[in-house]
Amino acid sequence: MRYAYYTLAFVTVLLFSVMGFRGMISTRPPIEVFPDMDHQAKYKAQAESKFFADGRADRPVPAGTVPFGRDANQSDPAFLRADDAHYAGKNADGSFVRGFPIEINEAVVRHGQGRFQIYCAPCHGALGDGNGITKSYGMVATPTYHDDRLRTMAEGEIFNTITAGKNTMFPYADKLSPDDRWAVVAYVRALQRSHHGTIDDVPPDQRGGLK
Amino acid sequence: MSKIFPKSANALPLQILIFLGVLGGVATAGITYYATPAYLRVGYQPVQPVPFDHSLHAGQLGIDCRYCHASVEKSATSSVPAAQTCMNCHSLIKAQSPLLEVVRESYRTGDPVPWVKIHNNPDYVYFNHSVHVNRGVSCVECHGKVNEMTVVRQDKPHSMSWCLDCHRDPASRIRDPKDVYNLDSQTLADQGKIADAHKFITDWKVKPPTSCSGCHR
Repeated sequence: MRYAYYTLAFVTVLLFSVMGFRGMISTRPPIEVFPDMDHQAKYKAQAESKFFADGRADRPVPAGTVPFGRDANQSDPAFLRADDAHYAGKNADGSFVRGFPIEINEAVVRHGQGRFQIYCAPCHGALGDGNGITKSYGMVATPTYHDDRLRTMAEGEIFNTITAGKNTMFPYADKLSPDDRWAVVAYVRALQRSHHGTIDDVPPDQRGGLK
Repeated sequence: MSKIFPKSANALPLQILIFLGVLGGVATAGITYYATPAYLRVGYQPVQPVPFDHSLHAGQLGIDCRYCHASVEKSATSSVPAAQTCMNCHSLIKAQSPLLEVVRESYRTGDPVPWVKIHNNPDYVYFNHSVHVNRGVSCVECHGKVNEMTVVRQDKPHSMSWCLDCHRDPASRIRDPKDVYNLDSQTLADQGKIADAHKFITDWKVKPPTSCSGCHR
């Protein structure tokens, strides 16, 4: 009987030394003990497809199409993104829109601030002065928002720059929806205004905290 | 007539039963320890086609998770970035690095970078990223401190009982919404603001399902 326990102890130690502990690093895919229905014949997001020649289950947007999903029977400028001022930042004559096609309020500017800090601040800096973290890694040409060229630039042109990119800046249309972009433009305007603010811009009852 | 079995054999049936009991106990302990995702999945750290360093980008540089994983707030899936996202910076920074050739190739041709997926939920689990991150559940709760990982690995078991730990007690895991993408932040409970967590759960109607159909369809 004693030997049965010895054998058990030996097998336990052997198993432990082969299997190791929980959380050990491994480059091999996990073993699936009960793989029932874990892998179903369906496509998940960004998954591989054996059907399409390029191997992608996510299909690219066909050329010349725009997102659909609104009511075609009502007069809705969002339908087919028909409103050029809103979705391209351009007037009918092709010039850039001045002002905003959406209503600007505090919620919009705060939303723009959040988006700006994620997508713009790495290069343009949290203050919009062009001193983002990428500058010290070699992206030295990022301009400041606070010179006259960018302060007088039409809102529509800033919108277009976010949408299509400019010079070394790549487009951000994939990350920012049109309304997100307008919110970011509003926040850029707020940054520019704050940079050139004077004490006269501060309400008198709040000046005490700014000494 | 001599005896066939010695007298000590009388105790043998009991001893065998005890041994089988011990054997069963050891086997149960072994299966409990090894045959669960806590052992099988945690620590999975595949070799990726590009040695992307999260501790540099998300940690040292302080780039927000959403800069690359842009759809996490709006969609069920937290998207893996397109090569263009990399090229936003790497068209100028380390633009000639041989390590980034796979990314440049992907940007030129449109073929995806063959990233290896680490966190693979079974296909019958319908997890939605946006409902979690928009209700104060931080990335770190399920993915660990990715901002400190040079090579990303699975840090949490992602087993069903692990999901339910939080679904049954969301107040102890919820963060202030502004801390969701700050992986070094603490939960409201850890900050001693458990009352705020309960208020958040009431105000935002956080009702994590614990029934089967909440996550399985």
